Amino acid sequence: MAAKSETVASEHVAAHPRAGQVQLALVAIALAGLLVAPMFLYPIFLMKLLAFALFASAFNLLLGYTGLLSFGHATFFGGAAYFTAHAVKVWGWSPEAGILLGVAGAALLGLVMGAIAIRRQGIYFAMITLALSQMFFFFCLQAPFTHGEDGIQSVPRGHLFGLIDLNRPMNMYYFVLAVFVIGLLIIRRFVNSPFGMILKSIRENEQRAISLGYSVQRYKLGAFVMSAALAGLAGGVKALIFQFATLTDVTWQMSGEVILMTLLGGIGTLLGPIVGAGLVVTLQNYLATSDFPVTIITGLVFMVCVLLFRRGLVGEFFATKIGRKMGFRSES
Amino acid sequence: MRKILLSTAAVGLIATPALAEVSDGVVKIGILNDQSGVYADFGGKYSYEAARMAVEDFGGKVLDAPVEVVTADHQNKPDIASNIARQWYDTEQVDAIMELTTSSVGLAVQALSQEKKKITVNTGAATTELTGPQCTPYGFHWAYDTHALAVGTGGALVKEGGDSWFFLTADYAFGYSLEEQTGNFVKSQGGTVAGAVRHPLATTDYSSFLLQAQASGAKVIGLANAGMDTQNAIKQAAEFGITAGGQRLAALLFTLAEVHGIGLDAAQGLTLTESFYWNRTPESRAFGERFKERTGVMPNMVHAGTYSAVTQYLKAIQEAGTDETEAVAAKMHEMPVDDIFAQGGKVGPNGRLIKDVYLMEVKAPGDVTEDWDYYNVLATIPGDQAFLNPAESGCPLVQ
Repeated sequence: MAAKSETVASEHVAAHPRAGQVQLALVAIALAGLLVAPMFLYPIFLMKLLAFALFASAFNLLLGYTGLLSFGHATFFGGAAYFTAHAVKVWGWSPEAGILLGVAGAALLGLVMGAIAIRRQGIYFAMITLALSQMFFFFCLQAPFTHGEDGIQSVPRGHLFGLIDLNRPMNMYYFVLAVFVIGLLIIRRFVNSPFGMILKSIRENEQRAISLGYSVQRYKLGAFVMSAALAGLAGGVKALIFQFATLTDVTWQMSGEVILMTLLGGIGTLLGPIVGAGLVVTLQNYLATSDFPVTIITGLVFMVCVLLFRRGLVGEFFATKIGRKMGFRSES
Repeated sequence: MRKILLSTAAVGLIATPALAEVSDGVVKIGILNDQSGVYADFGGKYSYEAARMAVEDFGGKVLDAPVEVVTADHQNKPDIASNIARQWYDTEQVDAIMELTTSSVGLAVQALSQEKKKITVNTGAATTELTGPQCTPYGFHWAYDTHALAVGTGGALVKEGGDSWFFLTADYAFGYSLEEQTGNFVKSQGGTVAGAVRHPLATTDYSSFLLQAQASGAKVIGLANAGMDTQNAIKQAAEFGITAGGQRLAALLFTLAEVHGIGLDAAQGLTLTESFYWNRTPESRAFGERFKERTGVMPNMVHAGTYSAVTQYLKAIQEAGTDETEAVAAKMHEMPVDDIFAQGGKVGPNGRLIKDVYLMEVKAPGDVTEDWDYYNVLATIPGDQAFLNPAESGCPLVQ
């Protein structure tokens, strides 16, 4: 993206020697907060927040770490929601199997869409993903198993591993939290692996990566499928949280929303998309009950962000002295 | 944009504490419908006003507990509607949700409400699924349904010689249900169905659909859609010269609000079915005028139905002596309905209110004697003919 090389700042601030411990402590505090949060806040709202945070993180894997701007991620999110809902409701699968099917389906869709789209770059890449996701939207509109405008409703949450009753809000919340944490750990592992390093090198200079002998297309496709699968994980979980899958999840507006979340929070950071998702979901939730038009407010927030915090909220914080003292890096 | 407007109908100054029978000391009714989309006139804010009027007419409280009405815009999206309903039940102590325009929303919220053990009274949606295969012990269907529309409008047109039909259908539960039932009814009367084409909800350009309908050569083009969709289809059909070419349009779900919307020039001569007309009896006239004073429009069957549903719900709480769902639902099933909307109405074990419906014809502009005087009542269709017999509805609760 535009703000790519700005953060290789001239003033080098060394990380504090105990920065690692500080970061660990912060993660522990955040986790503890999430563990007790449902005592104070509406659990469904929190679950929605976690699902979208995971979705935005999956999207960030592609945009932030590989530099590919996909405009079709709703396909994987909404597609997985449909697969999970159908498997659980019609075939009577257990929730974990349903979610896995959603992930597999999303990965497959990602493979197809990715294989076509990565042949082009920049705006063309974005347009191809948008076109393919619109094709998928109209497929969902007409396919009998999605039930058109009705959507798949009253999806049973069922029992996790046949033991834990997910109909109880607290059980469901901790299940979603577990999925969220696992999803983030996967992303973290992926980003810090040699594979992730190669992706970053492709993002920084694709020609050089090719000249070093890497098969760039395959790496991009791998990242695309990985991102799609994780978006599918979020979608499958969302279908169980709200107990339905509808067209809303596969519209281009949903693809736009996840871009907004990621940009607001800060691309190329692990924390950014989570903060961005939290911000957008909270805004939607609280503005929805007021007379303010939600879309206008989020649009204004986006404009302010683009004009003032080019790196997003988290990216901007990481770029400050305090952020760098704490050992954070702003990737983009 | 979704809004929640809060209206405390009762002046909370009266010092008597609420009786223990009413949970949380307040009876809360949610009016959930489309307030900004294609059905905003069909139900919309006016239904909310109708509900508030019913609460005020009831005295503002029941069993000494105040009655509140909350409302929200579901934008015709079942997911948004479910989220609002869930939040209302979980965090705002809403006891019953009513109106629920759009069948997809109606089915979603009714299913959710069964799980949460809360009452729904649907006045805005049409599908017979609500009291058929997907019926619930706490779900009621009040104003009209696709069966009544098929028997009313479909029957009238077949009688006039419209024996071959082509459907223009809204692509969701309501459209399918209306198309299927009208089609079956036409066939049972010896007619034929030439085909159907489906359009997404809130379509603005009907040209390709209308051309298919025109090419089918059917005598009647059945519009199995509602609200602005039907209005747009009728206007565009006129531009294509479809009616001038000898084909007839049958607006299967069309109410006073839509007639007002497209104007009498375009609507005159349409045959339609409604379960309420303000200018039919002195009582309905009085209600209509009070409603118009408040809102600026005359009520259609959805608005009057919502008034009736809220009133009946409050009466049932009074009779049961509690707002506990099971007891109130039982009372609503057994009490007769007699008000401005229904006379001698009864509720079937599947939750369907069985009352008379009326076949109307829209007047020519020259025949109108006062504002909103749009209809001639052609026939009264008795409730047991208009609505499915509960035993044949396919509702698993009816043995």
